[in-house]
Amino acid sequence: MEIDPFIFRLSIFILSIFIGYYVVWSVTPSLHTPLMSVTNAISSVIIVGAIIAGLAGNSDTIFNTSSIFGFLAISLAAINIFGGFLVTQRMLAMYKKKKKDK
Amino acid sequence: MLSANLSAIFYLISGVLFILALRGLSSPETSRQGNFFGILGMIIAITVTFLSIGNFSTGFVVVLIFLLIGGLIGAFIAYKIPMTAMPELVAGFHSLVGLAAVFVAIAAFLNPEAFNLGYPGNIKLGSLIEMSIGAAVGAITFSGSIVAFLKLQGIMSGSPITFKGQHPLNALILISIIVLTYLLCSTQSSNLFWILLVVSFLIGFLLIIPIGGADMPVVISMLNSYSGWAAAGIGFTLENTALIITGALVGSSGAILSYIMCKGMNRSFFNVILGGFGATEQSAGEKNKEQKPVKSGNADDAAFLMKNASSVIIVPGYGMAVAQAQHALREMVDTLKKNDIKVSYAIHPVAGRMPGHMNVLLAEANVPYDEVFELEEINNDFANADVAFVIGANDVTNPVAKTDPQSPIYGMPVLDVEKCKSVLFVKRSLSPGYAGIDNDLFYKENTLMLFADAKKMTEDITKNL
Repeated sequence: MEIDPFIFRLSIFILSIFIGYYVVWSVTPSLHTPLMSVTNAISSVIIVGAIIAGLAGNSDTIFNTSSIFGFLAISLAAINIFGGFLVTQRMLAMYKKKKKDK
Repeated sequence: MLSANLSAIFYLISGVLFILALRGLSSPETSRQGNFFGILGMIIAITVTFLSIGNFSTGFVVVLIFLLIGGLIGAFIAYKIPMTAMPELVAGFHSLVGLAAVFVAIAAFLNPEAFNLGYPGNIKLGSLIEMSIGAAVGAITFSGSIVAFLKLQGIMSGSPITFKGQHPLNALILISIIVLTYLLCSTQSSNLFWILLVVSFLIGFLLIIPIGGADMPVVISMLNSYSGWAAAGIGFTLENTALIITGALVGSSGAILSYIMCKGMNRSFFNVILGGFGATEQSAGEKNKEQKPVKSGNADDAAFLMKNASSVIIVPGYGMAVAQAQHALREMVDTLKKNDIKVSYAIHPVAGRMPGHMNVLLAEANVPYDEVFELEEINNDFANADVAFVIGANDVTNPVAKTDPQSPIYGMPVLDVEKCKSVLFVKRSLSPGYAGIDNDLFYKENTLMLFADAKKMTEDITKNL
């Protein structure tokens, strides 16, 4: 009997929770705010679903109800992706060590 | 057109890059590289999606236009946002992830063929369950984050909104979500799908309104977690590894942050979620208000004390963020350092309105991160320090948390500020902090209250140094 592919996805999911658990515990508390903004950015990889939905219509019906929701989701996710990564970048650039010369 | 197997491999790569992005945050040195990995992972995921569909017709242009519009808005916000508004921004971003998850779920429900999930009215059972979970959690994330955003912005009052029968009502709605999901899966009715969405939006709203302003660090972390689970739900629907991995990462990240924040307040997660904290304790604080003598001073006194100190510990709190005093504070510290006074910063885990809030503000003001310490690292140093300069913090310094088992904050880890030779307290008035309880520290022999706006007081002290 074959294993349902769902089980493989579930395995990936469960193992990723454990990876997340250990990786996030090792994040230094002073970077918790950038952690939140970067997790925001990466969770917007949901944009792949939005793109699939947006491109689902054929050439004569680019806009149907389903694809319009897809297009809107693309914009929302894009705000997060660009906003999230850039604001994280901006924050991380501010974390500086003490200058050696006095 | 990319084969399904090849694109799956690329999605896996982008998932791994996202793990590395979070891994980078273990130290400020590697963090920028981590962020780069994150961006790379995102570019791979998006490119692969385009290639695997291989449809570069008019629809492709429309997609690019929408992508560009969102990207420009996002970039604009990222450059314009002041660091003090970070909690609002993050709450806002969470709401967008939630809404995007809802929209993708709607699109998949209306056009399941595009996602290989079956046909309208006959969607694969597993996919329908995953879709409903993704949509419901996404909707809760959206409306909950909107409430958090409004509270943080001050548009909505930060005090908890409670009413009779609140908890039974919420429980009822949560049960109805489960029942609706079950019915939706057995009947495939689109009406039920819409009702499920509406009810989920409603519960997100109702869950957050009873939670007070200072519990926002927990709420934001919790919504962070929800946005991850929503993404994972959609990831299962789309059978997309990158999305499943990311959802799990973000979900556990938010959960851990919530845990850390709850621990910082010595409260159970459940207790925070049920809400109503500040409101119920307020009356208790009013009751035992006796007039106790308080020593208050001015900038000149404070400058005198600090000039004669050899080490000073600064305890920033939300008040510093509100007064935007971080730059003035750093200037004061620079002057102190010129006088060979050792200065360090002590950060309580729940200082501010989100995890790490104070650290970002200090970093913005060019404070080197190796002068900034966490509670456990620095708490023993207070006994050897000459002056503790408390700016905009209150409850996190209250010794009552260690002494009075009756106190609502009893058991909460606090900074041992009272062990310092002298304590300077910058505050606008004697009013109690968020927990609604008096701070014994105000009336201690060695405490000098500086009643003023945090920024103005800090500037005045610098002038007098």
